Amino acid sequence: MPDVKVRKFLVSVEEIHHEGGPVADVPPRRGAVLAVIENPYAGAFHADIQPFMEDLKPLGLEMARKLLAAMGGEPKSIEGYGKGSIVGEAGELEHAALWHAPGGYSMREVLGGAKAIVPSTKKVGGPGTRLDVPVTHVDASYVRSHFDAIEVGIPDAPRANEMVMALVMTTGPRVHARAGGLAAKDIKGEDGLR
Amino acid sequence: MKAKIRKIMTVVDETLNEQGQEVSPPIRRAAAIAVIANPFAGTYQEDLAELIDVGEELGALLAERAVAALGIAGDKVESYGKAAAVGENGELEHAAAILHPKLGAPFRKVLGKGAALIPSSKKRGGMGVVLDIPLGHKDAAFVRSHFDGMEVRVTDAPRANEIMVAVAVTTGGRPLPRVGGLKVSEIKGEDGLR
Repeated sequence: MPDVKVRKFLVSVEEIHHEGGPVADVPPRRGAVLAVIENPYAGAFHADIQPFMEDLKPLGLEMARKLLAAMGGEPKSIEGYGKGSIVGEAGELEHAALWHAPGGYSMREVLGGAKAIVPSTKKVGGPGTRLDVPVTHVDASYVRSHFDAIEVGIPDAPRANEMVMALVMTTGPRVHARAGGLAAKDIKGEDGLR
Repeated sequence: MKAKIRKIMTVVDETLNEQGQEVSPPIRRAAAIAVIANPFAGTYQEDLAELIDVGEELGALLAERAVAALGIAGDKVESYGKAAAVGENGELEHAAAILHPKLGAPFRKVLGKGAALIPSSKKRGGMGVVLDIPLGHKDAAFVRSHFDGMEVRVTDAPRANEIMVAVAVTTGGRPLPRVGGLKVSEIKGEDGLR
Protein backbone atom coordinates (compact mmCIF):
# COMPACT_ATOMS: atom_id res chain seq x y z
CA MET A 1 0.00 0.00 0.00
CA PRO A 2 1.35 3.45 -0.86
CA ASP A 3 2.25 5.79 1.97
CA VAL A 4 0.50 9.11 2.35
CA LYS A 5 3.21 11.73 1.87
CA VAL A 6 2.15 15.17 3.09
CA ARG A 7 4.01 18.22 1.76
CA LYS A 8 2.04 20.85 3.59
CA PHE A 9 -1.09 21.64 5.57
CA LEU A 10 -3.10 24.85 5.47
CA VAL A 11 -5.73 25.77 8.05
CA SER A 12 -7.91 28.85 7.69
CA VAL A 13 -10.71 30.22 9.85
CA GLU A 14 -12.99 33.15 9.08
CA GLU A 15 -14.96 34.88 11.82
CA ILE A 16 -17.84 36.85 10.34
CA HIS A 17 -19.14 39.81 12.31
CA HIS A 18 -21.65 41.05 9.74
CA GLU A 19 -22.28 41.38 6.03
CA GLY A 20 -23.96 44.75 5.92
CA GLY A 21 -26.66 43.83 8.46
CA PRO A 22 -26.75 43.67 12.27
CA VAL A 23 -23.49 42.65 13.95
CA ALA A 24 -23.75 39.04 15.18
CA ASP A 25 -23.63 38.52 18.96
CA VAL A 26 -21.57 35.41 18.40
CA PRO A 27 -19.83 35.76 15.04
CA PRO A 28 -20.18 32.54 13.02
CA ARG A 29 -16.96 30.84 11.95
CA ARG A 30 -16.11 29.10 8.72
CA GLY A 31 -12.98 26.99 8.62
CA ALA A 32 -11.03 24.83 6.21
CA VAL A 33 -8.11 22.42 6.44
CA LEU A 34 -6.17 21.44 3.34
CA ALA A 35 -3.47 18.80 2.93
CA VAL A 36 -1.14 18.68 -0.05
CA ILE A 37 -0.18 15.05 -0.64
CA GLU A 38 1.65 13.06 -3.27
CA ASN A 39 -0.66 11.33 -5.75
CA PRO A 40 0.60 7.74 -5.86
CA TYR A 41 -1.27 7.11 -9.12
CA ALA A 42 -0.07 10.19 -11.05
CA GLY A 43 1.28 9.68 -14.56
CA ALA A 44 -0.34 6.38 -15.49
CA PHE A 45 -3.69 4.63 -15.48
CA HIS A 46 -4.16 2.31 -12.52
CA ALA A 47 -7.24 0.10 -12.53
CA ASP A 48 -7.22 -0.64 -8.82
CA ILE A 49 -6.99 2.52 -6.75
CA GLN A 50 -9.25 1.67 -3.83
CA PRO A 51 -6.51 0.60 -1.39
CA PHE A 52 -5.44 4.23 -1.11
CA MET A 53 -8.82 5.06 0.39
CA GLU A 54 -7.86 3.04 3.46
CA ASP A 55 -4.47 4.72 3.59
CA LEU A 56 -6.14 8.12 3.62
CA LYS A 57 -8.23 7.45 6.72
CA PRO A 58 -5.57 8.46 9.29
CA LEU A 59 -4.91 11.64 7.30
CA GLY A 60 -8.65 12.40 7.29
CA LEU A 61 -8.80 12.03 11.07
CA GLU A 62 -5.71 14.18 11.57
CA MET A 63 -7.19 16.89 9.35
CA ALA A 64 -10.61 16.81 11.02
CA ARG A 65 -8.93 17.15 14.44
CA LYS A 66 -6.73 20.02 13.25
CA LEU A 67 -9.72 21.87 11.88
CA LEU A 68 -11.90 21.30 14.92
CA ALA A 69 -9.07 22.58 17.15
CA ALA A 70 -8.76 25.73 15.02
CA MET A 71 -12.54 26.22 15.26
CA GLY A 72 -12.42 26.19 19.05
CA GLY A 73 -12.36 22.45 19.82
CA GLU A 74 -16.03 21.90 20.66
CA PRO A 75 -17.63 19.20 18.43
CA LYS A 76 -21.16 20.39 19.29
CA SER A 77 -20.38 23.85 17.94
CA ILE A 78 -20.00 22.51 14.39
CA GLU A 79 -23.25 22.88 12.43
CA GLY A 80 -22.18 22.60 8.81
CA TYR A 81 -19.59 20.65 6.84
CA GLY A 82 -18.28 19.77 3.40
CA LYS A 83 -15.32 18.26 1.59
CA GLY A 84 -13.46 18.48 -1.67
CA SER A 85 -10.36 17.56 -3.60
CA ILE A 86 -8.16 19.03 -6.34
CA VAL A 87 -6.04 16.62 -8.39
CA GLY A 88 -2.85 17.85 -10.11
CA GLU A 89 -2.49 17.61 -13.86
CA ALA A 90 -0.75 14.22 -13.96
CA GLY A 91 -3.72 12.70 -12.14
CA GLU A 92 -7.30 11.83 -12.90
CA LEU A 93 -10.64 13.06 -11.57
CA GLU A 94 -11.28 9.55 -10.25
CA HIS A 95 -8.38 9.98 -7.84
CA ALA A 96 -10.28 12.84 -6.18
CA ALA A 97 -13.14 10.41 -5.56
CA LEU A 98 -10.86 8.48 -3.18
CA TRP A 99 -11.61 11.19 -0.62
CA HIS A 100 -15.27 10.20 -0.32
CA ALA A 101 -15.02 7.63 2.42
CA PRO A 102 -12.03 8.91 4.43
CA GLY A 103 -13.04 12.58 4.25
CA GLY A 104 -16.62 12.05 5.35
CA TYR A 105 -16.13 9.40 8.00
CA SER A 106 -13.28 11.28 9.66
CA MET A 107 -15.48 14.31 10.26
CA ARG A 108 -18.37 12.20 11.52
CA GLU A 109 -16.05 10.43 13.93
CA VAL A 110 -14.51 13.64 15.26
CA LEU A 111 -17.91 15.36 15.54
CA GLY A 112 -19.42 12.42 17.38
CA GLY A 113 -22.03 11.39 14.85
CA ALA A 114 -23.52 13.56 12.16
CA LYS A 115 -26.36 12.24 10.07
CA ALA A 116 -26.32 14.15 6.82
CA ILE A 117 -24.32 13.25 3.74
CA VAL A 118 -21.17 15.38 3.48
CA PRO A 119 -21.56 17.52 0.34
CA SER A 120 -18.54 17.49 -1.93
CA THR A 121 -16.90 18.75 -5.07
CA LYS A 122 -13.79 17.92 -7.05
CA LYS A 123 -11.71 18.98 -10.02
CA VAL A 124 -8.40 18.57 -11.81
CA GLY A 125 -6.27 21.71 -11.88
CA GLY A 126 -2.89 23.38 -11.55
CA PRO A 127 -1.20 25.20 -8.65
CA GLY A 128 -3.40 27.94 -7.20
CA THR A 129 -6.63 26.35 -8.42
CA ARG A 130 -9.57 27.51 -6.31
CA LEU A 131 -12.28 25.11 -5.18
CA ASP A 132 -15.71 26.16 -3.89
CA VAL A 133 -16.42 23.52 -1.26
CA PRO A 134 -20.16 23.16 -0.64
CA VAL A 135 -21.48 23.25 2.93
CA THR A 136 -24.71 21.81 4.37
CA HIS A 137 -26.06 21.17 7.87
CA VAL A 138 -24.42 18.21 9.62
CA ASP A 139 -27.70 16.55 10.63
CA ALA A 140 -30.22 17.54 7.96
CA SER A 141 -29.20 18.33 4.38
CA TYR A 142 -32.29 20.43 3.69
CA VAL A 143 -31.68 23.12 6.32
CA ARG A 144 -31.70 26.18 4.09
CA SER A 145 -29.93 28.60 6.42
CA HIS A 146 -26.82 26.40 6.38
CA PHE A 147 -26.40 26.04 2.60
CA ASP A 148 -23.08 27.74 2.04
CA ALA A 149 -19.72 27.29 0.35
CA ILE A 150 -16.14 28.02 1.31
CA GLU A 151 -13.58 28.89 -1.35
CA VAL A 152 -10.21 27.26 -0.73
CA GLY A 153 -6.89 26.95 -2.51
CA ILE A 154 -3.12 27.05 -2.06
CA PRO A 155 -0.87 29.22 -4.24
CA ASP A 156 1.69 26.48 -4.95
CA ALA A 157 -0.51 23.37 -5.01
CA PRO A 158 -1.39 20.96 -6.43
CA ARG A 159 1.71 20.34 -8.46
CA ALA A 160 1.26 17.82 -11.28
CA ASN A 161 1.97 14.81 -9.06
CA GLU A 162 -0.01 16.02 -6.07
CA MET A 163 -3.53 16.20 -4.72
CA VAL A 164 -5.09 18.75 -2.38
CA MET A 165 -7.58 17.24 0.07
CA ALA A 166 -10.00 19.61 1.80
CA LEU A 167 -12.39 19.47 4.76
CA VAL A 168 -14.52 22.44 5.79
CA MET A 169 -16.75 23.19 8.80
CA THR A 170 -19.01 26.04 9.93
CA THR A 171 -20.38 26.97 13.34
CA GLY A 172 -23.71 28.29 12.13
CA PRO A 173 -25.92 29.58 9.36
CA ARG A 174 -25.06 32.32 6.87
CA VAL A 175 -24.61 35.44 8.98
CA HIS A 176 -27.84 37.11 7.83
CA ALA A 177 -29.79 33.96 6.82
CA ARG A 178 -33.37 34.94 5.94
CA ALA A 179 -34.35 32.94 2.87
CA GLY A 180 -36.80 30.69 4.68
CA GLY A 181 -37.01 26.91 4.20
CA LEU A 182 -36.36 24.22 6.80
CA ALA A 183 -34.95 25.81 9.97
CA ALA A 184 -32.36 24.10 12.16
CA LYS A 185 -34.81 24.10 15.09
CA ASP A 186 -37.29 22.05 13.02
CA ILE A 187 -34.90 19.20 12.21
CA LYS A 188 -36.39 15.76 12.87
CA GLY A 189 -32.98 14.15 12.62
CA GLU A 190 -34.07 10.74 11.43
CA ASP A 191 -32.92 10.42 7.86
CA GLY A 192 -30.12 12.98 7.54
CA LEU A 193 -32.29 15.01 5.19
CA ARG A 194 -34.89 16.87 7.32
CA MET B 1 -13.14 49.90 18.83
CA LYS B 2 -12.80 52.51 16.14
CA ALA B 3 -12.44 49.82 13.50
CA LYS B 4 -15.74 48.56 12.10
CA ILE B 5 -14.84 44.93 11.49
CA ARG B 6 -16.85 42.80 9.07
CA LYS B 7 -14.74 39.68 9.35
CA ILE B 8 -11.46 38.33 10.62
CA MET B 9 -9.67 35.44 8.95
CA THR B 10 -6.69 33.47 10.19
CA VAL B 11 -4.60 31.20 7.98
CA VAL B 12 -1.81 28.83 8.96
CA ASP B 13 0.34 26.91 6.53
CA GLU B 14 2.71 24.20 7.65
CA THR B 15 5.39 22.85 5.31
CA LEU B 16 6.57 19.30 6.06
CA ASN B 17 8.36 18.47 2.82
CA GLU B 18 9.90 20.53 0.04
CA GLN B 19 11.37 19.07 -3.15
CA GLY B 20 11.53 15.63 -1.58
CA GLN B 21 13.42 16.86 1.49
CA GLU B 22 11.86 16.53 4.91
CA VAL B 23 11.47 19.89 6.66
CA SER B 24 12.10 19.16 10.33
CA PRO B 25 10.64 20.70 12.34
CA PRO B 26 7.95 21.76 9.86
CA ILE B 27 7.86 25.52 9.19
CA ARG B 28 4.62 27.24 10.15
CA ARG B 29 3.46 30.64 8.90
CA ALA B 30 0.31 32.35 10.14
CA ALA B 31 -1.57 35.39 8.91
CA ALA B 32 -4.48 37.24 10.48
CA ILE B 33 -6.57 39.45 8.24
CA ALA B 34 -9.27 41.96 9.22
CA VAL B 35 -11.83 43.29 6.76
CA ILE B 36 -12.98 46.72 7.96
CA ALA B 37 -15.10 49.59 6.73
CA ASN B 38 -13.13 52.44 5.12
CA PRO B 39 -14.49 55.60 6.76
CA PHE B 40 -13.02 57.73 3.96
CA ALA B 41 -14.16 55.73 0.93
CA GLY B 42 -15.37 57.89 -1.93
CA THR B 43 -14.04 61.16 -0.49
CA TYR B 44 -10.73 62.98 -0.23
CA GLN B 45 -9.83 63.31 3.44
CA GLU B 46 -6.81 65.38 4.37
CA ASP B 47 -6.53 64.24 8.00
CA LEU B 48 -6.13 60.45 8.28
CA ALA B 49 -5.84 60.33 12.10
CA GLU B 50 -8.85 58.03 12.44
CA LEU B 51 -7.21 55.38 10.25
CA ILE B 52 -3.92 55.80 12.11
CA ASP B 53 -5.75 54.88 15.33
CA VAL B 54 -7.44 51.97 13.59
CA GLY B 55 -3.94 50.75 12.68
CA GLU B 56 -2.96 50.80 16.34
CA GLU B 57 -6.01 48.75 17.35
CA LEU B 58 -5.49 46.24 14.58
CA GLY B 59 -1.77 45.90 15.33
CA ALA B 60 -2.64 44.40 18.71
CA LEU B 61 -5.71 42.41 17.63
CA LEU B 62 -4.21 40.85 14.52
CA ALA B 63 -0.87 40.09 16.15
CA GLU B 64 -2.65 38.28 18.98
CA ARG B 65 -4.79 36.30 16.54
CA ALA B 66 -1.86 35.37 14.30
CA VAL B 67 0.39 34.30 17.18
CA ALA B 68 -2.46 32.26 18.71
CA ALA B 69 -3.03 30.55 15.35
CA LEU B 70 0.69 29.81 15.08
CA GLY B 71 0.51 28.09 18.46
CA ILE B 72 3.78 29.38 19.94
CA ALA B 73 4.73 32.09 22.43
CA GLY B 74 5.06 35.54 20.91
CA ASP B 75 8.77 35.78 21.67
CA LYS B 76 9.42 32.59 19.67
CA VAL B 77 8.20 34.19 16.44
CA GLU B 78 11.10 34.45 13.97
CA SER B 79 9.88 36.64 11.13
CA TYR B 80 7.04 39.02 10.42
CA GLY B 81 5.35 41.24 7.88
CA LYS B 82 2.25 43.35 7.24
CA ALA B 83 0.13 44.41 4.29
CA ALA B 84 -3.13 46.10 3.34
CA ALA B 85 -5.45 46.18 0.34
CA VAL B 86 -7.82 49.11 -0.12
CA GLY B 87 -11.13 48.65 -1.95
CA GLU B 88 -11.79 50.58 -5.14
CA ASN B 89 -13.41 53.63 -3.52
CA GLY B 90 -10.40 54.18 -1.26
CA GLU B 91 -6.91 55.53 -1.67
CA LEU B 92 -3.52 53.92 -1.31
CA GLU B 93 -2.74 56.49 1.36
CA HIS B 94 -5.47 54.94 3.52
CA ALA B 95 -3.45 51.73 3.62
CA ALA B 96 -0.36 53.73 4.52
CA ALA B 97 -2.20 55.43 7.41
CA ILE B 98 -3.16 52.08 8.88
CA LEU B 99 0.15 50.31 8.35
CA HIS B 100 2.92 52.79 9.07
CA PRO B 101 2.41 55.27 11.94
CA LYS B 102 1.06 53.12 14.79
CA LEU B 103 0.49 49.47 13.84
CA GLY B 104 4.04 48.35 14.58
CA ALA B 105 4.33 49.13 18.31
CA PRO B 106 1.42 46.96 19.53
CA PHE B 107 2.44 44.25 17.03
CA ARG B 108 5.96 44.18 18.51
CA LYS B 109 4.57 44.21 22.05
CA VAL B 110 2.82 40.88 21.36
CA LEU B 111 6.19 39.49 20.23
CA GLY B 112 8.12 40.87 23.21
CA LYS B 113 10.61 42.48 20.85
CA GLY B 114 11.20 43.12 17.16
CA ALA B 115 14.10 45.39 16.37
CA ALA B 116 13.80 45.12 12.59
CA LEU B 117 11.62 47.16 10.30
CA ILE B 118 8.37 45.30 9.64
CA PRO B 119 8.38 44.70 5.89
CA SER B 120 5.16 45.77 4.21
CA SER B 121 3.21 45.92 0.98
CA LYS B 122 0.02 47.64 -0.09
CA LYS B 123 -2.30 47.87 -3.05
CA ARG B 124 -5.75 48.82 -4.21
CA GLY B 125 -7.95 46.11 -5.62
CA GLY B 126 -11.29 44.37 -5.87
CA MET B 127 -12.77 41.40 -4.05
CA GLY B 128 -10.50 38.36 -3.92
CA VAL B 129 -7.39 40.41 -4.63
CA VAL B 130 -4.19 38.58 -3.71
CA LEU B 131 -2.04 40.19 -1.06
CA ASP B 132 1.62 39.11 -0.88
CA ILE B 133 2.82 39.88 2.64
CA PRO B 134 6.61 40.32 2.65
CA LEU B 135 8.42 38.57 5.49
CA GLY B 136 11.72 39.35 7.20
CA HIS B 137 13.47 38.32 10.42
CA LYS B 138 12.04 40.31 13.32
CA ASP B 139 15.36 41.16 14.95
CA ALA B 140 17.72 41.58 12.00
CA ALA B 141 16.42 42.60 8.59
CA PHE B 142 19.44 41.23 6.74
CA VAL B 143 18.96 37.59 7.73
CA ARG B 144 18.79 36.10 4.24
CA SER B 145 17.20 32.76 5.17
CA HIS B 146 14.08 34.56 6.39
CA PHE B 147 13.33 36.71 3.34
CA ASP B 148 10.01 35.26 2.24
CA GLY B 149 6.44 36.18 1.33
CA MET B 150 3.04 34.78 2.26
CA GLU B 151 0.14 35.02 -0.14
CA VAL B 152 -3.28 35.62 1.42
CA ARG B 153 -6.71 36.43 0.10
CA VAL B 154 -10.26 36.72 1.33
CA THR B 155 -12.70 35.72 -1.37
CA ASP B 156 -15.28 38.45 -0.70
CA ALA B 157 -12.99 41.32 0.28
CA PRO B 158 -12.25 44.12 0.00
CA ARG B 159 -15.59 45.48 -1.12
CA ALA B 160 -15.39 48.97 -2.67
CA ASN B 161 -15.78 50.70 0.71
CA GLU B 162 -13.58 48.35 2.71
CA ILE B 163 -9.93 47.83 3.64
CA MET B 164 -8.26 44.47 4.24
CA VAL B 165 -5.43 44.59 6.80
CA ALA B 166 -3.07 41.66 7.35
CA VAL B 167 -0.15 40.70 9.55
CA ALA B 168 1.94 37.54 9.28
CA VAL B 169 4.25 35.73 11.70
CA THR B 170 6.32 32.56 11.33
CA THR B 171 8.25 29.88 13.15
CA GLY B 172 11.10 30.09 10.64
CA GLY B 173 12.42 31.10 7.26
CA ARG B 174 12.20 29.38 3.88
CA PRO B 175 12.02 25.57 4.06
CA LEU B 176 15.45 24.83 2.53
CA PRO B 177 17.57 28.03 2.74
CA ARG B 178 20.93 27.74 0.99
CA VAL B 179 21.80 31.04 -0.63
CA GLY B 180 24.13 32.23 2.11
CA GLY B 181 24.08 35.69 3.68
CA LEU B 182 23.67 36.63 7.31
CA LYS B 183 22.58 33.65 9.45
CA VAL B 184 20.29 33.65 12.49
CA SER B 185 23.29 32.47 14.57
CA GLU B 186 25.20 35.60 13.56
CA ILE B 187 22.59 38.18 14.60
CA LYS B 188 24.01 40.95 16.78
CA GLY B 189 20.55 42.38 17.39
CA GLU B 190 21.58 45.97 18.04
CA ASP B 191 20.35 47.98 15.09
CA GLY B 192 17.55 45.81 13.70
CA LEU B 193 19.58 45.22 10.58
CA ARG B 194 22.27 42.63 11.47
